[in-house]
Amino acid sequence: MILFYVLAVALIASAVFTISQKSPVYSVVGLLANFLVLAAFFVTLDAEFLGVIQIVVYSGAILMLFVFVIALLSSGIGPFAEGPNRLPRVLVPALLTVLIAFGFVAYGALHAPMGALPVHTPTSTLGPVGSANVFGSVGDFGAALFTTQLLPFEVTAFILMVAVIGVVLIAGDAVPQTTRGRHGVRRKRRTVKEREPIVKAGRS
Amino acid sequence: MDVDISNYVALSAVMFFIGVAGVIVRRNPLIVLMAIELMLNAANLALVAFSRAWVNNAGHIFVFLVITVAAAEAAIGLAIVVAVFRRAKNVDVDEVARLHG
Repeated sequence: MILFYVLAVALIASAVFTISQKSPVYSVVGLLANFLVLAAFFVTLDAEFLGVIQIVVYSGAILMLFVFVIALLSSGIGPFAEGPNRLPRVLVPALLTVLIAFGFVAYGALHAPMGALPVHTPTSTLGPVGSANVFGSVGDFGAALFTTQLLPFEVTAFILMVAVIGVVLIAGDAVPQTTRGRHGVRRKRRTVKEREPIVKAGRS
Repeated sequence: MDVDISNYVALSAVMFFIGVAGVIVRRNPLIVLMAIELMLNAANLALVAFSRAWVNNAGHIFVFLVITVAAAEAAIGLAIVVAVFRRAKNVDVDEVARLHG
């Protein structure tokens, strides 16, 4: 019980830290703390495999992607111009939206028959590692993933393929210093003045 | 741990709306993407808690799917940020309004 509240305070604090920082690098650190605390929550909820996956995939892969993009965009001139602070203008609609939506969720959470759920009490909290009979273990998860839940697993593969193709289409081409045309036709290297001007994407 | 499942749901709701607040208030697209990750993780917490309440690992499979979707979404979102940054050297979700109707 004490562990739950300590972890809950850490989770909320790191989430608030994530969205309140000025620099994206600090936000990534806050998000890392958030993911680690969430992995601890997964372990306390008998989902040990998901706790490991949380650390490996989120902290290892997705946060690395964020850090690389921050490093890429910050290498030249400062990419994030200091504009006027728009927070006062959006504060009232943002607070209204969040409070109304939170009211709906809180109403649903308070009126759901939560007490009637059969809360599981594991007989052996420390089963053998990888045993298929322990709830949430790697064996249990894998057996479900490859037998009864095979369709979500294959949908996962399709989603990853779509993501790879989409990323290559969106960001893979259009390098400004290219000497090769879009369809592989070699063309003359243009000087800096001949290149198409960078259009500022402002409201016009 | 003898914690009622509603505590986890309440914690998940609070974390989700911290993410919603981040998406609405922040202008830096990287932090907006991180707030979306916060919302996905709040949903994951609720899924794992309910999966534990009914001793049924279908929720675990769904969390696996959500993690995959989050990875794909982060990759494509960051690719869009990079592509926009190449065109206009200013990345701000309020300034990138060329498709504004």
